[in-house]
Amino acid sequence: MRRLRVAALALLLVVSSCSAGSSATVTGDPNSLSVGFTAEPQNFDFTRTDGAAIPQALLYNVYEGLVKLDADGKIVPLLANAWTVSPDRKTYDFQLRQNVRFSNDAPFSAEDVKFSLLRVKTDWKISIKSKMDVVDHVDVVDPAHARVVLSKPSNNWLFDLTTRIGAMFSPTGVADLATTPIGTGPYVVAQRRRGDSIVLRENTAYWGHRPAYHTVYLKYIKDPTALNNALLSNGIDIISTITAPDSIPQFDSDKRFNVVQGTTNSEVTLAFNDTRAPLNDVRVRRALTYAIDRKALLDTAWAGRGTLIGSMVPPTDPWYEDLSQVYPFDPARAKALLAEAGQPNPTLRLRIPNLPYAVSAAQVVASQLADVGVRVTIEPLDFPAVWLKQVFTDHDFDLSIIQHVEARDITTFGNPDYYWGYHNPSVKDLLAQADSGSTEQQVAAMREVAKTINADAAADWLFLFPNVIVAKTKVTGFTRNQVSESFDLTDLGRS
Amino acid sequence: MTLRLARRVAILLASLFVASIVVFVFMAVLPGDPAQVALGVNATPDLVAKTRHDFGIDRPLITQYLDWTGGVLHGDFGRSYVTRDAIGPQLTDRLGVTLWLVGTGMLVALAIALPLGTLAAVRHRKASGTALSGLTQIGVAIPAFIAAILLVQVFAVRLRWLPSGGWTPPNQNAGEWIRGLVLPALSLGLVQGAVLTRYVRSSVLDTLGQDYLRTARSKGLRPYQALFRHGLRNAAVPVVTVLGLQLATLLIGAVVVERVFVLPGLGSMLLDSVASRDLLAVQGIVLVLVVGVLLVNFVVDVLYNVLDPRLRGS
Repeated sequence: MRRLRVAALALLLVVSSCSAGSSATVTGDPNSLSVGFTAEPQNFDFTRTDGAAIPQALLYNVYEGLVKLDADGKIVPLLANAWTVSPDRKTYDFQLRQNVRFSNDAPFSAEDVKFSLLRVKTDWKISIKSKMDVVDHVDVVDPAHARVVLSKPSNNWLFDLTTRIGAMFSPTGVADLATTPIGTGPYVVAQRRRGDSIVLRENTAYWGHRPAYHTVYLKYIKDPTALNNALLSNGIDIISTITAPDSIPQFDSDKRFNVVQGTTNSEVTLAFNDTRAPLNDVRVRRALTYAIDRKALLDTAWAGRGTLIGSMVPPTDPWYEDLSQVYPFDPARAKALLAEAGQPNPTLRLRIPNLPYAVSAAQVVASQLADVGVRVTIEPLDFPAVWLKQVFTDHDFDLSIIQHVEARDITTFGNPDYYWGYHNPSVKDLLAQADSGSTEQQVAAMREVAKTINADAAADWLFLFPNVIVAKTKVTGFTRNQVSESFDLTDLGRS
Repeated sequence: MTLRLARRVAILLASLFVASIVVFVFMAVLPGDPAQVALGVNATPDLVAKTRHDFGIDRPLITQYLDWTGGVLHGDFGRSYVTRDAIGPQLTDRLGVTLWLVGTGMLVALAIALPLGTLAAVRHRKASGTALSGLTQIGVAIPAFIAAILLVQVFAVRLRWLPSGGWTPPNQNAGEWIRGLVLPALSLGLVQGAVLTRYVRSSVLDTLGQDYLRTARSKGLRPYQALFRHGLRNAAVPVVTVLGLQLATLLIGAVVVERVFVLPGLGSMLLDSVASRDLLAVQGIVLVLVVGVLLVNFVVDVLYNVLDPRLRGS
């Protein structure tokens, strides 16, 4: 028995002494950083696999484009030093940065620009490849000068170049994109442990300034509690974005951490099936919008974290305007509108993805709509598989709640075949004007689009998802607002 | 023995066949389309159709099934729809993690159950024996994931002695590997240990009442000597049966514990694959799990023969 006790004591000592050295993260190396995410990339090939997880890890970190979005949402140079736009807004001349090499040592030149941009049309599989359709041809003027000619003027195109669509590839580096990404960025993928982590190591031949952290561990932890625990127990240094808002106070009160809240591009939207009775009647849609107290919903569903917006525009877009008060909470008015539409007691199916924010928002929506006489049945669907099939593809729903995460996705209101079936020709015209006009014209037209869809109550924008980052106090330089598709590691630093 | 073995193998193959058909049919009727999931929102119907063709899931189900079976017989589990990786090597990787987890979990359970169960039996009339039984009652009532959450709160979040999750391969850093395995193994092992303790106790208690033990005592052996020399082997037969069943339970429990501790094992792979409707991966995992459970049963059968010579003739 005594021997046993001694052994147990020894084991305890070993365990606790090991932990003494691990107050820093994973390796204890000050040059390494560990970032926790919830969604893991299935592979590294964002040309064939959609979803936010791959560009989040690789864009700007491993792959770079000609331009990038800075923290304020402005388009700034990256692999292009500068660019000019012709007066007819159809020809873009990019002056390229010199002495840039891909991580397989191939030099970067205008040939690669031509290759990468045209490859989107020929080899990419995911649907956003259509954003490159507007490119007519690409000329290699000289190795440091690429000219892109569009078939019509397009402001959206230059913006899209800041996303994965604009990533630069080398013809010598696309043989195995799913496992071996080769870009010009400050990091290369050093190791992949599926279901656990991706290890990025600095690209020693990088053209730009050296990143502060030479090794970055991207840790994938699906369960929000486990993700929080990893930070609390020093397993990681940053939570890229908090997915359980109730857990934020425990970090707020802990001196080891900084909590930063910003905005995202992710509108939590109550979608109306605009093609189906009774929601094809604008009065019914407005009634539902009046009937929902979005402030109370945000408090209940997401601990008050987030922004009320009123249209499909986050505050980081140049044409943002606060429309959140156009439909104030007014149950009496909602009832009157429903009566006027001859639909005093409609029954609606609210078919939602089985995700935390949707489930909690749906309960508030259902109870508030019940107060004005609308019967709502909530049907949670397995996400993504079932929701995508039944709601998104087959349009079998009256109401749904989902985050629309893509940047500038207000353009979906110009597509009458989109799942909510909104059809207003003037919106389509305005979107076209915005795309082809000058910057001022673009902003004016986009404002008009935002106002029109708000007036039509095309959907009810419940709230804008917050970007809540929690990090150890030693980490500096992360961007408050999530404006791009990337979790940009390049500006991170140490205090 | 050869005949029994042959029969066992035949049952194993038949179970595999049935299991693979069940999974195939189940995944086929499950709503959701792997092509749509892989392509995400905004995918056009044309693109989805084309991808379905690339995946080969626009073919009749029976063709898909035969194709898959043919591949497996050649050791080829196919390529995942989602990750585009070969599934076979992934299965081996993930299985390694799960086996370590289940193995250490079982060790913890045994380390708890054998001494405590025996002690509880020997002292069943004393307060300490009753207390032990009570403790196991509590242990049985706690699901593995609750144990996991509690252990993480205490040892990872509060005391910061051990990591709250994650996996370091043993060949990369043995120290980290052990530290990472302690809490998951405890979460699995504590609960199963409590269950097993109760079986060990009742089995030892049965044995203690046998005539041959009284005879052993009467020839001058002390109680523990009699039990260790003559009783334990007899008491082991029912315990081994339960152990076999528990290994299967541990495999299931590992699915949840892997999620809590973020271990890249078979369980988390299974959850991810079902979510993305990655049919071939699910098939492969289920195949491995079924083989695992059947193998355990087989080993238990063999162990009976080793433990109890009387069973060998029959």
